[in-house]
Amino acid sequence: MATAFNSSPRFLANGDTALSVEFGQSIDRAVAGRVVALARRLAEEGIDGVVETVPTFRSLLIHFDPDIVTAQQIEDRAELLLHDLTEQSGPSRCWTVPACYDEAVAPDLQEVAEHAGLTGAQVAECHASETYFVYMMGFLPGYPYLGDVPAPLVLPRRTNPRTRVPAGSLAIAQTMTAVYTLESPGGWHLIGRTPVPFFDVWNDPPALLAPGDLVRFDPVPLDEIGRIQDRIRLGSFRLDCQEVAS
Amino acid sequence: MTPALRVDAPGLHTTVQDFGRRGFQHAGVPVSGALDPVALALTNRLVGNADEVAGLEILYQGPTFTIEADGARIAAAGARIDVFGDDTHAIPPLHSVSVRRGTQIRISVLPGTATATVAVEGGFALEPVLGSLSTYVRAGLGGLEGRVLREGDCLPLTKSAPEPRSERHMQNPALPIPETIRVLPGPQVDYFEDATFASFLSSTYLVSQASDRMGMRLEGQVLAHAKAPEIVSDGIAHGAIQVPGSGLPIILLADRQTTGGYPKIAVVISADLPALGRMAPGAKLRFECVTQEKALQERRSAQDDFKRMVRAIAPVGARLPSGSDLLTQNLVSGVVSAEEC
Repeated sequence: MATAFNSSPRFLANGDTALSVEFGQSIDRAVAGRVVALARRLAEEGIDGVVETVPTFRSLLIHFDPDIVTAQQIEDRAELLLHDLTEQSGPSRCWTVPACYDEAVAPDLQEVAEHAGLTGAQVAECHASETYFVYMMGFLPGYPYLGDVPAPLVLPRRTNPRTRVPAGSLAIAQTMTAVYTLESPGGWHLIGRTPVPFFDVWNDPPALLAPGDLVRFDPVPLDEIGRIQDRIRLGSFRLDCQEVAS
Repeated sequence: MTPALRVDAPGLHTTVQDFGRRGFQHAGVPVSGALDPVALALTNRLVGNADEVAGLEILYQGPTFTIEADGARIAAAGARIDVFGDDTHAIPPLHSVSVRRGTQIRISVLPGTATATVAVEGGFALEPVLGSLSTYVRAGLGGLEGRVLREGDCLPLTKSAPEPRSERHMQNPALPIPETIRVLPGPQVDYFEDATFASFLSSTYLVSQASDRMGMRLEGQVLAHAKAPEIVSDGIAHGAIQVPGSGLPIILLADRQTTGGYPKIAVVISADLPALGRMAPGAKLRFECVTQEKALQERRSAQDDFKRMVRAIAPVGARLPSGSDLLTQNLVSGVVSAEEC
């Protein structure tokens, strides 16, 4: 049973046009759930002068126009809303994303396997066994921070980051896993590739995922990537998305 | 033929920018937008556009264009406009000019200036991306194909000719570049000892060459972290000053990422953000800590300053009859009227 928040967040000024509502100091599903719940509630309420809100691991950054609303007014409204908020109120979307863990598209798979004392196939199985929570988006448009990675696969970022990581790369670092939504420099371990586009400006919304969503990876063979890309081009590919009660 | 500016030389880093892309930071999309939105608003006013119409933002070295339209009205801030032809001449900053088809113009950035802005009457005929024409080069969003201008580009214009009216200029044109930037204590100010914060406020920093649209890197007093040099990533406000492991502060600007993992010692007040956009590498700055009340007062004061600058925009003086006019016109039966050109 969902319970009301049992502790008050800290309100921290971020200059004169942003206010952060901080629920904790660490990466924690329950804390992140509160951030998402407040973000959703604020979006429903629609406070005049609030430009946008950005959920992050343990805080919500509220960007506002001080010509229209004051930080104190936002704080007062947020505190009222927090009184009867439960963690993650409302259903979540659970996506099933095809991903290939073949070494041809997973340059760091062997290294990760050695570190974990597993085979490459076992790393793939382990990674794909988890249902991940979208903590936040950042770093690149549509780039999701997904957690938490199973214990055997937890390891620090690469000591030598790459200057170019291909778009669609599936990556891990520490307790997080992510997908590079476009080609970019990157320091995470690359363990697979997905043909599914995670960001497209011509879609509404442009990002596939949102904080609070759930994601599962469905292992597919290498040749399936090309087939899925063909179906995406033909407009006949549908990504599996289920609504789950939270 | 679509009216356009043809790019003969692109300059060092020239992008289309408006006031930024809002509403998508939760999806990891930076705001981008003009480093100096005041300069954009003023140049827009000079050419008769609304404040927020997209213009060109030019870093360090400006572009050269040929007008491929019947005509175009243009104004620049932080640069003079060199108009080439039989009568090569320079138009000062904050002064509009109308140029005819085939004319070549060069945007010459003023010495000591990092950022120049150019507005064209009617703006550019480009499709907005996620509601904005601002360019975010890293993700290839917005502007002209999501990138900096290149030689041979044609920037499409909405107008094929300028409105028939006088040019405008700003009397006593000046966009100030202060040496003191006001800040509020940052959300992770507790990651630094009081003595370190005091030293941050009493030091003179220099703008580093390594600065770009994402952040202004500073050289000077290194700041020691009292706690870890990293935090659990959280949101980033415009003007946030992060201090990574190196101890040298970075002021986050238009292309800042939406989230980040370094402690933020302070945040620049909104009134002082446009001035940051004018500072060139080598410029000196110091920080002064103010209260929220003072920050809001300064914001209102900056808005009043803007209104004063707008009131200083005037039509360029009446065109007096030239010697040849007097020789060719019959003055007996009528009065030659001084018309606005």
